[in-house]
This record gives sequence, structure tokens and C-alpha cells, in this order.
Amino acid sequence: MGLAGRINGALRRIPVWPVYVLGLAPVPWLFWLAATGGLGVEPISALQQRLGLAGLQVLVAGFAVTPLRRLTGVNLMRFRRALGLVGFGYILVHVLVWLLLDLQSWALVRADILKRPYITVGMAAFLLLVPLALTSADRALRWLGPVRWRRLHRLVYFALPLGAVHFVMQAKGWQIEPFAYLAAIMLLLALRMRLIRARVAT
Amino acid sequence: AALGLVAGPARADALVPNTWDEITSYNNFYEFGTGKDDPRNKAGRLTTDPWAVEIGGLVDRPGSYDLADILKGVSLEERIYRLRCVEAWSMVVPWVGFELADLLNRVGVQPSARYVAFQTLHRPAEMPGQRSAIIDWPYVEGLRLDEAMHPLTIMATGLYGRDLPNQNGAPIRLVVPWKYGFKSIKSVVRITLTADEPPTSWNLYAPREYGFYANVNPDVDHPRWSQATERRIGGGLFAPRQPTLMFNGYADEVAGLYAGMDLARFY
Repeated sequence: MGLAGRINGALRRIPVWPVYVLGLAPVPWLFWLAATGGLGVEPISALQQRLGLAGLQVLVAGFAVTPLRRLTGVNLMRFRRALGLVGFGYILVHVLVWLLLDLQSWALVRADILKRPYITVGMAAFLLLVPLALTSADRALRWLGPVRWRRLHRLVYFALPLGAVHFVMQAKGWQIEPFAYLAAIMLLLALRMRLIRARVAT
Repeated sequence: AALGLVAGPARADALVPNTWDEITSYNNFYEFGTGKDDPRNKAGRLTTDPWAVEIGGLVDRPGSYDLADILKGVSLEERIYRLRCVEAWSMVVPWVGFELADLLNRVGVQPSARYVAFQTLHRPAEMPGQRSAIIDWPYVEGLRLDEAMHPLTIMATGLYGRDLPNQNGAPIRLVVPWKYGFKSIKSVVRITLTADEPPTSWNLYAPREYGFYANVNPDVDHPRWSQATERRIGGGLFAPRQPTLMFNGYADEVAGLYAGMDLARFY
């Protein structure tokens, strides 16, 4: 039992619920900051950006759980569902801020989704995440059966790159940060594909 | 012109300036970074004195003009202008400045000149954003000569009656109120009169997204977002977007400059 084993032993004593509580605590905090000037003089854009980026970060963390276990033996599998749901929570609020605070008009929403490529891509990424959030409960897993459930949840292989592309597309100029996220996601995806292929081969 | 007067007096009632804090804390000035607060946080080290502007090209009296000399020959006045960013947000800014035409007339524009090119300071040691290739440095912009000579076009050296803060383009910047903000080039060190249309930074970066003219136009969308509405800075969390005005509300004064031009093509 090496370092990974000792880490796993410690992790087993940590309950999952704090991931939800601590993970989502910044959401009301961000709204408080936005309402009181803490996010600057354009709080709506700032809120959208902070929420979107946090959602992407948490989802990338959740996506890294399997490769991390394969590569290092550290097992965060117990926390993966919580990471996915917390990440989805951020993206959901991100979309709601865009709908209810930024645009405030269904006509603008429709025009934006149809005409703006980065909104189209972002909306596609969000819609791909919805069925995953809806089928996150144990009951849904039993209802679908593990094979179908796993196949459905591979939608995240599309949702995450689309989310990163959405991030890249909204930037002006050659900014490094969005490309770094896209590169990290593609790397994790490549690792995942290799693992799947290895599994199929054996 | 008298102090404090506003072009287009019919709309003066709507022009309530944004606060000093709003105008100086929410800036696009990629020379200091791409975050809206980067300019305020990182522009403090910029040396703006001494400052000279190299005026050249098709002019009678080319040369390096010290800023103090430039200011000796002009009358400063307050101009309260709308500022509409291509990102679909807007402010109202009480600039202090002088008409660019006054400066151009002083150096003598030759008859063959048809455009004016501008260049921002390139000094990576003091402008940390210039150490990354966000766009090609130095930042360059340009106007057609008639746009540059228009009485609404000013060179600003201050706002709210004070010297221009570094993050707003100190010590001297262009302000063209009927065009998207990126045309109003900051911290100008070079002005060149040319016969041909000069290159402009955002047009070089993405020609499909940023044209040479960049006139505010609610009917011609940016390829990535609508230009029909804008968010007024300072409205808070629940303020609705407001409709964007043709030529940013200065159509009466400037529409004639573009008579007969297809504004969807020359965007």
C-alpha cells in the first residue's frame, strides 16, 4: 500500500455531502457580491463569466476522476457524481443569469441561440448536460441499467469540449486561458479514449 | 465652443455621465491585460511625462510635437459623449479635449492626404499586456480625413475636469463618439496623414468582425453578438438592455459623411 493507498484510506473517511455544500456556497456569495458592487460596475457580465468558468472547472475536475485513478491509483470515484452535479449547477445558474438578467427577452434569446455561433455551441453543451443531471440518481442508474447509463453519460465527451469551445469563441484577441481549458479537456478525452480502447482490446 | 456644451442638444437630457469610478474601473486597454480591471490595476507604472506625438506623412510641418506645445495651441473644452463598446455595453463620459481638426490645421494637411493613421505607445516594460501576442502591437487605428476633421472628433486629455487617468488612455487619446470604442485609440504617440486607408489593429486580427469604419449601427450585427441593444454600465443587476442608436445617437451630425455608402458592406 503506497501513497495512493494511504490517500484513498483518508478519502474514505470524508463524507460526500460537503462537496455539495462547499461546492455551491460560492453561488449565493457571487450574487451578494454582484448586488453590492463587489464584481465591479458591470455585475451581470461578471456573474456570467464567473459562473461559467467555475462550472467548467468543476466539470473538468469530475472528468479527471477516472484518468486520475488509472494513472495514480487515487480514487475519487465517490465524489464524481457530486462534482458533476455541482458543475451542472453552476452552468444552470450561468444560463439563467443570461436568460433572466442579461437578455430579459425571449425574442433576444431565440435570436441569440440561432444567430450567434458561440451561444449556439454553449447552449448545445448545456442541453447535453441536462439528461446527465436528470439521470444522476441511483434509481435512474437501476432503471437504465449500467450499460445504457454509461453510454448515455458519454455525452459528457461532447458537452465538455463544446463548453470549452464556447469559452474560446467568446474571447477577443488571442487569449491563452480559454485555449488552455480546451487543451486540458482534449488531453483528458484522449486519455479516456485510450482507456476505452484498451478495455475493448482485452 | 463654450464649456460644457454637448453636441446634439436635443438629447442632452439623456446624457447623464457615468461616475468617475465607473469610467476609470471598467476599461478595455489590452496593453495592460484583457480583464476589465487590468488597466486600472496595471497602468500605474506608465510614464506619461515627458510625452511627444510624432506627426508626419502628408503634412506641411512634420515633427515631434511635445504634448505641452500641442496643448498651448488649443482650447480645451468639456464634451459629454456616449461611448458604445463593440462588446455591447455603453457609458456616458465627460471628456476634456480639443478638436482634432485644430491640431491637423496647425500642422497643415496637404491636399493629397485622405486618411489619418494613429499609433499607441509600444512600451512592454510598462505595458504588461504587450508581452503577450493578444493582438499585433503596437495598436494602430485610422480615420478617413473627413471623419478626422469632423467637429465631434476630439483628442481628449482629461475627464471630469481632471487629467486623463492612465487606464483611460493618458496622456492623450482620440475620441470618435459615433464609432465603436476601439476606434478611439489611447495613449497616442504617432499621427500620420496618408493617401491610402491605413491598417487598423482589430481589422487585422479579424477582418470579418471588425471593419475599418466601425460606425455604431444597431442594424449591422457583429458576427458573434447582436448590436441591436446595449447594457448601460452602472444599471446594476436588474436594469434592462436599452436600444442602440444609429451612429450612437449622432446621426444628425455624421450620417452625411456616409451618404450613398452601403453600411452593411463598409461596417
